[in-house]
Amino acid sequence: MLLGPMVDLARAVAARLIATALIVVAATAFSTQSSGAEPSYITVASTTSTQNSGLFRHILPKFTETSGIEVRVVAVGTGAAIRLARSGDADVLLVHHKASEEKFVAEGFGVRRYPVMFNDFVIVGPSADPARSAREPDAAKALVMIARVGAAFVSRGDNSGTHKREVEFWAMGGIDPSAASGTWYRQTGSGMGATLNVGAAMGAYALSDRSTWLSFANKRDLRVLVEGDPRLRNEYGVILISKKRHGHVKSREGQAFIDWLRSVAGRSAINGFRIGGKRLFTAIE
Amino acid sequence: MQAFLDAFTAALRLVASGDQDLIRIILLSLKVSLSAVCIAALIGIPLGGLIALSRFPGRQALIVMFNALMGLPPVVVGLMVYVVLSRSGPFGVLNLLFTPTAMIIAQVILVLPIIVSLTRQTLHSLWLEYRETLQSVAATPAQCLAAVLWDGRFMLITAILVGLGRAIAEVGAVMIVGGNIDNVTRVMTTAIALEASKGDLALALGLGFILLMISMALNILAHGLTAFGEPERRS
Repeated sequence: MLLGPMVDLARAVAARLIATALIVVAATAFSTQSSGAEPSYITVASTTSTQNSGLFRHILPKFTETSGIEVRVVAVGTGAAIRLARSGDADVLLVHHKASEEKFVAEGFGVRRYPVMFNDFVIVGPSADPARSAREPDAAKALVMIARVGAAFVSRGDNSGTHKREVEFWAMGGIDPSAASGTWYRQTGSGMGATLNVGAAMGAYALSDRSTWLSFANKRDLRVLVEGDPRLRNEYGVILISKKRHGHVKSREGQAFIDWLRSVAGRSAINGFRIGGKRLFTAIE
Repeated sequence: MQAFLDAFTAALRLVASGDQDLIRIILLSLKVSLSAVCIAALIGIPLGGLIALSRFPGRQALIVMFNALMGLPPVVVGLMVYVVLSRSGPFGVLNLLFTPTAMIIAQVILVLPIIVSLTRQTLHSLWLEYRETLQSVAATPAQCLAAVLWDGRFMLITAILVGLGRAIAEVGAVMIVGGNIDNVTRVMTTAIALEASKGDLALALGLGFILLMISMALNILAHGLTAFGEPERRS
């Protein structure tokens, strides 16, 4: 008897519920902007190696604690990070390709480049090592050996700092691997970790920064084969974006971050970041 | 199979630990995608209804355009929104890049064509059914639209769910306009991409399982509402 009105009531309730849910969610959408006075923050354009290794997670809370400034990191390749900074979409640039960084400053986009820290690049490859490049002290020569046997090599191919350095090493050996792109030379066009995933699956050689390599969890049969060539040094520089180019840049907060990175506290935070007891980055005084 | 087991354990461990980061990421995913879908529904359902019921020059072209836009790659949408919201772009002064709002804007663009097209499709068939009746009682166009929308309201849930599926699953657009910033714009899909790039495939897949469960829960909720509100159409 009562079933008819009950069903009608239930339907009405269901319709109300949907309408209310819509309104509530729409309201939260607009609340994203008005979430009150935000604490001051800066945006740092940086590379995947600094983020994937976990360095930022280790050092940034320490900086925020002393300064009250939140640091928002957008981690892309060096090439993409520089493009973001040129467009004014970041306050500070922290990347690792000195020539590109100096060009960025010379063009007036950056105030000044400060060296922050370094680690090194390594050539990783399958333990079978078909190119017999293991322990070759000359990194360029090792690449020549890989090219000679046509062993699979995965390249970032994304205009990142690591990719640019890899291209330089090929040039030192007098080899143009792009001619072999798609055969033994594979360009993934993605980040270091993604490239290592491909390399691990294919049993291919790759150039990697040591910190990404050490924190990378899917190594499978890959291991470090070539290291120690002084030219494999990988230096990170930090640059404040010029207020003359982009008036909205948070110069004071950005410079505070740079000063902290170079201070005793910042340097010891960088040096104190370890994975499995190994130091990943060494601060530059 | 071991990989899936590892992933499943990783997912269970994460859920059981009630990890604060995970909760924040899930809530942001829901907030961004549900907001985007609601906004797209508020615009798309009336728009789809209008296209279904009216006749005007260029209507066919509009229908084809919205159908084609359903296949828009998220990366392309992300790049377009990036160019517009960048400091060097026309809306740079709004300072919206790398915020959840930017992510919502990108997802609205992704979801809107789906909701418009599916709404038009659904209401078109209803309209063919009701047209004569409505015209015989001399209903105004607005009344016709209201009647068809009201009667099709539960069918439109499917359109909304398809849109939600697209929004909550895409990574290309939110990665570009959000920047995957820890604590600020990191959502489920960008977190999965990040863990995969760290080589932690178990954690990446585990997060994928959690995303799947959330999507399931939303669908069960919607299905329940439909079945509850519209018992005679239950199948």
